[in-house]
Amino acid sequence: MKLITAIIRETQLDKVREALIAAEITRITVSRVSGHGQQRVEEIHRGQRVVPDLIPKIKIDIAVNDAFVDITVFTILKSARTSELEGNLGDGKIFITPLEDCIRIRTGERGGEAI
Amino acid sequence: MLFSGKRLFLFLFMLLAVSSAAFGSEGKPVDSGATAWMLTSTALVLLMVPGLAMFYGGLVRSKNVMGTIMHSYIAMGIISVLWVIAGYSLCFGKNALGGWCGWNNSYFFLKGIDNSIIDAGVPEYVFSMFQSKFAIITPALIAGAFAERVSFRAYCFFIAVWSLLVYDPLCHWVWATDGFIFNLGARGAIDFAGGTVVHISAGVSGLVAALYLGSRRGHPYQVIRPNNLVITMLGAGLLWVGWFGFNAGSSISSGLGTAQALAATQVAAATGALTWVIIEGLHQGKATALGFASGILAGLVAVTPAAGVVQPYGAMCLGIAASGICYTAILIKNRLGYDDSLDAFGIHGVGGIAGALLLVFFIRPSWMTEASALAPGWNIWKQLGVQLTAVSIAILYSAGATLAIVFVVDKIFGFKSSESDEMAGLDRSYHGERAYGMLNPS
Repeated sequence: MKLITAIIRETQLDKVREALIAAEITRITVSRVSGHGQQRVEEIHRGQRVVPDLIPKIKIDIAVNDAFVDITVFTILKSARTSELEGNLGDGKIFITPLEDCIRIRTGERGGEAI
Repeated sequence: MLFSGKRLFLFLFMLLAVSSAAFGSEGKPVDSGATAWMLTSTALVLLMVPGLAMFYGGLVRSKNVMGTIMHSYIAMGIISVLWVIAGYSLCFGKNALGGWCGWNNSYFFLKGIDNSIIDAGVPEYVFSMFQSKFAIITPALIAGAFAERVSFRAYCFFIAVWSLLVYDPLCHWVWATDGFIFNLGARGAIDFAGGTVVHISAGVSGLVAALYLGSRRGHPYQVIRPNNLVITMLGAGLLWVGWFGFNAGSSISSGLGTAQALAATQVAAATGALTWVIIEGLHQGKATALGFASGILAGLVAVTPAAGVVQPYGAMCLGIAASGICYTAILIKNRLGYDDSLDAFGIHGVGGIAGALLLVFFIRPSWMTEASALAPGWNIWKQLGVQLTAVSIAILYSAGATLAIVFVVDKIFGFKSSESDEMAGLDRSYHGERAYGMLNPS
């Protein structure tokens, strides 16, 4: 079991969700986060240019069984890029971490069954 | 000597000052009571525009809040300017172009009304500014039909052209003393405060535009939920308050007619809201706040054309009928699957039509007596015919003209947002802003 954490642009959320649903990956957790990577954006407030330290992003957490890691990662990669071939600075990152256990609260099932 | 020359001069000067304050240059006295209420009404109707901005702003997703609010606010800018340049003249000038619109050279930039007092004893500036608020809110209402998916620039051009080509002529036909709908039948078509001019025209135009532009991305499969019902409720409350100016102000006086309209307005809003939550409670098991707000609007919309002629009992019936009919209309919309996002047609179009037609059954007897004095044998069925004519003209004209305007604006500017702009949200794409800091996506 793996925990796949993707940090993506806010603008791509719809596209990523649609792609995940199309790939039958529907059990996800979405949250709004802010962070700092290589991307630099300028915002304009009352005519003044402002460069925020922290840029708003969307974090998607998906716990998957090993067989689904590749398809999940592929789907996110394809849908979170803002241009088809190369992508742009700020498109985000995907982290994959080993997942020790997973427990469904309702039934108490453990492991791969519970995902 | 009792009066020195200087004192006498001062006395005469003061007399002149007093009389010129009380009488306009055209000799009519200013009715300070009526003027005070019309000034208040003007402010109240203006307050409905931020009210509408909040009502709509709370109903969209969190990425479209500022864009949706700006759809209302920008109308305060664009339409106010247009109104001074040409709008007032197109609406309230003498018949021009065979009665299609009005025109009066002295209304151009309002330059000829600097000293003018209208017959109601109200300075013409007040009347003109009061009417301009109706012109502002009408195109802003349309925005609810195509919320979350139009380009800001195209929207700006759309409301400017729509106001000149749809609102102003309709307003002239219905409210100018030489407008042809104003003079239908015995005492004209009854549209006290804008059932046809404001609500039917906005609702029908919204429907046409929404059908032409198509749905939002993901509609209806993706659940699109309101981001903040608190500001929606606040907006609905402001609309209710502002509607007292809208309806009671439309008497252009401060007297009995004003009071009658005010009472009808309150009763219709309250019964509309109650009816909606009762229907919802029976149908779905829960009385929602959004349902209450929708009922307020349905009741207010339906009583808008009727406020001058119905008594509280009639207003109550209109409120009940409006909520029942609008609730059904929205159920049908969901069946049909078109994307009138915030129910501009479902509430304003349908409620406006219901109010304009059903009001004939509740007209106060004294109105009918006066009508039959003017046209012997006048009865509610004849008046219903007049109402039907006015409603049909408003529907057909606004649908046809809006279709043409949307088509042209779409060809020139691209009315519907690009897919990437729509996904990113109106706030980011057109305004470079965000409404909330860390609110979770919905």
